[in-house]
Amino acid sequence: MRSYSFRKLDNRIMISLAYAALIIALIPLASILIETVGRGLSAISFSLLFEEIPPLGQPGGGIGPAIQGTLIVVALASIMGIPIGVFSGIYLAEFRQSRLASVARFLNDVLTNVPSIVLGIFGWTLIVVVIGWSVIAGAIALAIMMIPIVTRTTEEAIKLVPITIREAAIALGVPQWKTTLTVVLGSAKKGIATGILLAVARISGETAPLLLTILGNRFWFSGFTQPTAALPLAIFNFSQSPFRTVDLPRAWGASLILIFIVLVINIIVRYATREKYG
Amino acid sequence: MSYKIEIQNLSAWFGSKQVLQDITMKIKENVVTAIIGPSGCGKTTLIRCLNRMHELTPKTKVTGKVLLDGEDIYGENIDPVTVRRRIGMVFQKPNPFPMMSIYDNTAAGLKLNGITDKKRLDKIVEKSLRSAHLWDEVKLELGKSGASLSGGQQQRLCIARALAIEPEVILMDEPTSALDPTAAAKIEQLIRILAEDYTVVIVTHNMQQAARVSDFTAFLYLGKLVEYGSTKDIFENPKSELTEKYITGEFG
Repeated sequence: MRSYSFRKLDNRIMISLAYAALIIALIPLASILIETVGRGLSAISFSLLFEEIPPLGQPGGGIGPAIQGTLIVVALASIMGIPIGVFSGIYLAEFRQSRLASVARFLNDVLTNVPSIVLGIFGWTLIVVVIGWSVIAGAIALAIMMIPIVTRTTEEAIKLVPITIREAAIALGVPQWKTTLTVVLGSAKKGIATGILLAVARISGETAPLLLTILGNRFWFSGFTQPTAALPLAIFNFSQSPFRTVDLPRAWGASLILIFIVLVINIIVRYATREKYG
Repeated sequence: MSYKIEIQNLSAWFGSKQVLQDITMKIKENVVTAIIGPSGCGKTTLIRCLNRMHELTPKTKVTGKVLLDGEDIYGENIDPVTVRRRIGMVFQKPNPFPMMSIYDNTAAGLKLNGITDKKRLDKIVEKSLRSAHLWDEVKLELGKSGASLSGGQQQRLCIARALAIEPEVILMDEPTSALDPTAAAKIEQLIRILAEDYTVVIVTHNMQQAARVSDFTAFLYLGKLVEYGSTKDIFENPKSELTEKYITGEFG
């Protein structure tokens, strides 16, 4: 047995190492936030938020269509992806021993790790080639990206609901499907919401699949079968512009707005699914 | 006095392991019947067969009959859901729905089955909470979380929840084993009163509890019904040597 002071020293060293690791992990995170807020805030103005995207290098205008495009594409992707993901997750959790479930779970895990550019190519060959660059193609590509994330987190959240809660409802003469949809989903909603948030945040910033599906243009939304603008594409284009003084601030402004949108969605979902009794 | 439940040649399995062997017993109406026996003897499985909860566990099997008022609950045209509405259950650990208030917990069975008439719900909630001897303690805070109550109160809330759907039989699976003695005593008192209106079947590992609350006692050992009779006979004049050894504490 080593002496007390020795063990105390050990303890101190380990704690310091843990703190050091934490700080190292926070440095990039904090600097991204500080940098984006610092540079983005000064670029934000009424015209940036609501005006059409100008050609590169041309002063004036804004990124209105990109904000609109991102909101529409992400919303449409969510409408398609969330229900499919949640119900797949319910299936995987409720019928966990079935053969179909284990096959689906494996494929789902594979899909989680498919690079997003591959999903872009998929959307491109499947839809763009047929109907052209379009909002719908982008939304489908992003929905496919969401599904595995939502499925997995829903499954895990449902598995965490104690069996005693489920049995309580079934013993009250509530049919099993209703038990799952009310009591079980009700108890798991926080976990499911977290999964949905992760997925929405993830797809909001995706660039590669959008590049191949919605193309990105400078104009306001003109129909689901038409190309549209989006924030990640606007950030990409502005940051690559040779006219740095004019376009770089716009890229930062767009970045800040993208972060802000994700934050707002986060707050809304958290509020909507808050536990009544913490 | 008539028989509420008749168990005929009931056997049950988990996978290939048989946990109940050919149980036959008749349970009388409006009395408390206790099922005692050492851990793993099949007590819990037996009462879970009475409201068709056993089959919810994957890879289980049940054979034999359980007649409720003469009708086999394992009959071909019987929906287990309707069986469970007639036979309520209280579990070992209090399990109120954590995301629901006291009111909603009590009304849960009705609400989940589609009853929304507020006046009717109010009435049933009050009646059930009164029957569970919880009303006076919670009447001013029905909107509070069910999980905020003490363990004993939570268990009485679970009893109120079971009573609210107006069952005929109440099954209790070691309802006091997670409670302190004072809270347990309250539940025991309540069980006696409930027997005036309901048929109560209680599983317990606590022999004193069986002696205190029950009118009839069944002793189960290794999945077999060893002895079944009036509680007085079982504890004072057991016929089987095994029963005597168990109740005198020689094993178990």
